[in-house]
Formats: sequence, structure tokens, C-alpha cells
Amino acid sequence: MATDAHGAAQGAQQAGGMPQLDFSTWPNQIFWLLVALVLIHQLLTRVALPRIGAVLAERKGTITNNLAAAEELKQKAKEAEAAYIQALADARAESAKIVAQAKADIQADLDIATATADAEISARAAESERRIAEIRASALESVTEVAKDTAKELVAALGGKVDARSVTAAVNARLKG
Amino acid sequence: MAETGGLQIHPMDQFIVKPLFNDGAVHWYTPTNVTLWLLLAVLAIGALMVLGTRRRAIVPTRSQSVAELIYGFIHDMVEDVAGHEGVKYFPYVLTLFLFILFANVLGLIPMSFTTTSHVAVTVVLALAVFLGVTLLGFARKGVGFLGMFWVSSAPLALRPVLALIEIISYFVRPVSHSIRLAGNLMAGHAVLKVFAGFASVALVSPVAIGAMTAIYALELLVAVIQAYVFTILTCVYLKDAVGDAHH
Repeated sequence: MATDAHGAAQGAQQAGGMPQLDFSTWPNQIFWLLVALVLIHQLLTRVALPRIGAVLAERKGTITNNLAAAEELKQKAKEAEAAYIQALADARAESAKIVAQAKADIQADLDIATATADAEISARAAESERRIAEIRASALESVTEVAKDTAKELVAALGGKVDARSVTAAVNARLKG
Repeated sequence: MAETGGLQIHPMDQFIVKPLFNDGAVHWYTPTNVTLWLLLAVLAIGALMVLGTRRRAIVPTRSQSVAELIYGFIHDMVEDVAGHEGVKYFPYVLTLFLFILFANVLGLIPMSFTTTSHVAVTVVLALAVFLGVTLLGFARKGVGFLGMFWVSSAPLALRPVLALIEIISYFVRPVSHSIRLAGNLMAGHAVLKVFAGFASVALVSPVAIGAMTAIYALELLVAVIQAYVFTILTCVYLKDAVGDAHH
């Protein structure tokens, strides 16, 4: 409370009432102010400012270094990615080549097999044709034989004299006709 | 002094300078309440700026962070306002700022003594800035320092008039510089005491205490802003002495 402090310093106070304008206290205030300012200045320039400045510089350096390292790592990651993409593309090309090679090999094998099969088929077909012709020929021969024998038997049965040569000639003529 | 019936309010008593240890006269060397609160300000500044930063951590602690914040704030202010050349005088500007800030804020502790509410203190600060800037200006620029009074961009006929006005305003600087700070602090603290006096009357005490709370908050703002204003004006004056003409 304001009234508490009133008694003690009453003697020093002016009638005017503004302690700020009591010039008798000015030397005291100015002296101690200068002491305080010099102390603050010494504290700052000798200890605080170099310390804070160093800390700030160190932090800036650390941040700059870390940023540079991060940039470098980013660059490395990019390079790795590029290498990966390159490897992927190479692998794709390689596999495409292998596929093409395999396809060509298979095609060649297939061609050979096809050709072999074709040859075999045509050989078999020829064989079959030959046998069919054989069978046909033998059948024709049999027919001639049967016709001659039948004609002979018929002639003999009808009481004629069998002349083998003329029967054969007659059957042949008939068969041709 | 206000007097309301039996109520005695002495809002100016808080500013009385009195010896710490006896009731004798105040000599220039006598330890007084001024001495106590000035040294408390020094200790508080030391606690923040020296003890608070003792770990030198890359990732700062809270107190170190505040110290770095103040350092960066004032450093940027000096560099932005006074220019690159002004950075040499950064320690002096920071001394002023920290002293005024801590004196103002410590003065807001109840029953404390506000050193910066005394004209004696602020006049010394303002004169130090004024004389420092003037001497520095002449030392760096010689007679050319007077060129700032000669407004070469104005019409020739107006220049003498403008020079007169400039010179007057130059010499008014320390007055406004010091009275602004002391006046703000003194007025705020006196108003607080007046309301504190009214608070002892039961009828109006809720209002008075509410008003004290509000004014206290305002005074906290004023304490910081006046420290900032004093410092930035110091930088503006410093620019006249060290800055380039074309900035």
C-alpha cells in the first residue's frame, strides 16, 4: 500500500511531489545506472554475445551440412533409381531377345519336324498308292483268271471243246471292251 | 496527491529514492533502492543471457532459446534499420534494449522500484545515444555529417527553412527519447497506485481491482513496447551516423 512507504522517506521528498524532479538524487541514480550499464555491457560482450553467436553459427553450419548431406543422398537415390531403371530396361531387352531366340529355335525345330513329317507322309502316301495299285492289279488279274476259268467251265458245261487260247483271247477282248 | 474523504492516496511515493540501509542523506555512492533494482536487472540479464546459454546446445533449451531470440531480434533490427555498418554497434544497442526491458518488467513486480520511470535514468540513456551518434557521425563522415540537415531534394529557397527545422528536431530527439520512456512508465505506475488506493474502499474495490488487472496487463505491454521503441529509435538515429545516404 502506498501509505506504508510514506513515513520513512518523507524527509527526502520535495514539497512539489515528483520524486523524478528531486535533483539531489540524480548523482546517485546516474552513478549506479552507469555501473549497471557497464556491468551489462561487460556480461554481454565478454560472455553472452560470443557464446550465442558461436552457437548460432554452429547451428547454421550443422543445418547447412545436413542439408548438403541430404542433397547428396537424394542425388545418390536418384542415381540408384536411374541404375535400377536401366537394369530393368536391359533385363527387358535381354528377355525379349531370349524370347525371340527361343521362338526362332522353336520355329526352326518345328520347320524341320514339319518337313520330316511331310516327307514321311508323302512316303507313306506313295507306299499306300503303290500297294493300292498292286492290289488293284492283282484284283484285275484275279478277275481275268476267274473270268477265263468261268468261261472255260461254261464252255465245257455247254459241251463245247475247250480251246484255252481262244477263250483267253475272247475274255481279254471282253475285258478290254 | 488525491484525497477522498479519509482516503489517502500517494501515487508518487513509489518513486521516492531512499537509502537501503539507513535514513540518511542520498550521496552519489549511497546504495539505494535504485541500486538494488538496477543490480537485480543486471542479475536477471546475466541469468538469461549467461546462465541460460551455458549449455551451448545445438538444440536449445527454453532459456537459451529466449536468449537467442532476443539476440536475433535485436541483431536483425540493427542490421535492417541502421544498415550493415551499424552491426558494429550491436552490443551497445542490445545493452540498452535488455536494460530497459528488464528494468521495465522488474518494475511491474508489486512493491518494486521502477528505475526507468526516473527521468535521471532515461536522460542518461538518451544523452548517451544522442552524443554517441553525433560524435560517431562526425568521426565517420566529418563535416559531411552536417549534410543531413541540408535537404538537397527540396527547392533551394526552402532549404534554409528546412535546415532550421531539421536542426531543431535533431536537438529535440534526446528530450522526446527520454521523456517518452520515463513518462509512459511513470504514468502507468501512478495509475496503478491510484486504483490500488481505491481498492481499500469496500464499495468500489471490485471495480478498482478489475481495473488494476486490466491496467497491469496494459502496463506489461507498455513495458515491452517502450523498450522496443527506445531501441528502434536508437537504430534510426544510428543510421544517420553510419548509414549510406541512399540506404
